[in-house]
Amino acid sequence: MAVKVRIPTPLQRLTGGKEEVEGKPGKLIDLIMELDKEYPGLAERVSENGKIRRFVNIYVNEEDVRFLNAEETEVKDGDEVSIVPAIAGGRGI
Amino acid sequence: MGFVTGLKCRECGRQYDIEPIYVCEFCFGPLEAVYDYRKIKKAISRKKIEKRDENLWRYRELLPIDKEPQAGLYSGFTPLVKADNLGRELGLKELYIKDDTVAHPTFSFKDRVVAVALTKAKEFGFDTVACASTGNLAHSVSAQGAKAGFKRFIFIPATLEESKITSSLIFEPHLVAVDGNYDEVNRLCSEIANRYRWAFVNINIRPFYAEGSKTIGFEVAEQLGWKAPDNIVVPCASGSLLTKIWKAFKELKEVGLLKTADTRVFAAQALGCNPIVTAIKNDTDVIRPIKPETIAKSLAIGNPADGYYAYAAVKESGGYGEDVTDDEIVEGMKLLARTEGIFAETAGGVTVAVTKKLVQQGYINRNEVTVICVTGNGLKTREALEGRMASPIYIKPHIDAFEEALKRI
Repeated sequence: MAVKVRIPTPLQRLTGGKEEVEGKPGKLIDLIMELDKEYPGLAERVSENGKIRRFVNIYVNEEDVRFLNAEETEVKDGDEVSIVPAIAGGRGI
Repeated sequence: MGFVTGLKCRECGRQYDIEPIYVCEFCFGPLEAVYDYRKIKKAISRKKIEKRDENLWRYRELLPIDKEPQAGLYSGFTPLVKADNLGRELGLKELYIKDDTVAHPTFSFKDRVVAVALTKAKEFGFDTVACASTGNLAHSVSAQGAKAGFKRFIFIPATLEESKITSSLIFEPHLVAVDGNYDEVNRLCSEIANRYRWAFVNINIRPFYAEGSKTIGFEVAEQLGWKAPDNIVVPCASGSLLTKIWKAFKELKEVGLLKTADTRVFAAQALGCNPIVTAIKNDTDVIRPIKPETIAKSLAIGNPADGYYAYAAVKESGGYGEDVTDDEIVEGMKLLARTEGIFAETAGGVTVAVTKKLVQQGYINRNEVTVICVTGNGLKTREALEGRMASPIYIKPHIDAFEEALKRI
């Protein structure tokens, strides 16, 4: 069944344009590191030294992991993970 | 001649050119203007500043513009009122009110940040300015934008106080009332900012805009005779004002205008919207967003963009934070009015009421120099006082009627 991981637009360049990829169940930070093997560069955009970056929000089944167990949050088969930059929008025109 | 060398991500330190951008492309952190303090130190002096006009551009070397100011030419340098009556009531020996109720031209501290934002928008060549606002910013951008000749799109929550809506409409901008709270308006504006080449003062111009708040700190220090106060109490919405006041004192020391800057910074919020104060009290750097519910609508930001930085500034300065109920807010407004003759908006009531609590709890020492930041005029939030005021004394036009009434006072 695996884990659905939604990738925000600014990071889709790293996943070959895919807005949804598959992750392995387990600790969130491990899931990210595993994804990084297939999509190099992804891990360092959302995490630093094993911790989720302050301005990156990650939701597991719509819950902000900051209020679960942060990077240690256990992600199960069938869960949905969303990565959302905290400050909406990027470069102005 | 400007002293900004570029923009820098506050989180990962990546550097960017001076452009209307506000998010780090790498880690999504917020960008901040970077100054060449060594050059500024050589260019600036107390005497030089003292000779300048009494407006916020007095401190222009520490503001992020490259050429001449183009807005807010009469803004800033509001009174620092020595508040002996209020001080006596609160038990404080030396208390001051930084009184932005009389800010020019729109009676709130937003005139400072807007003056800087509009000047920068001109430098970038924008013809349209915009903002997401809880009210005071809408008013300031509508007004200053009109004078500066900009097309204006102003986005507000539809439930904003009537007086604030009128205050913006008189300047005939495009005023868009959104069916949502401020956080939702803000999110919508980020999407719009991505699509249209407009200068959203608190979004894509934010790194420049936010710097305007430092002028409160600069002015307080100069008005105290080039001295930083021991304590300063600052109301928090996004948290930006508090972080910039703290930064201002540190910069004054950096460029040699102050010898020391050991100010304790205190955060003031309403109980019905207290994410920053909660983080401070729990000593955590994780801000838990809430849904605001308070009469202090100008502070009703449930997901404060600078929440973490406000927490960090308070911690670094050795300060603290408190929150107050709606009843305490109104009491704070009345206390300030009857002791010092200043009619502040709800945010001012919050800050006075919080100061009272902080003194009672021993966080503010009675013998120290304390400044309360009053950020907006009470005429702008009259709705908050409905049903909470005493009545006038009604009499017939006869002297007997008056004397009868006098007996009952």
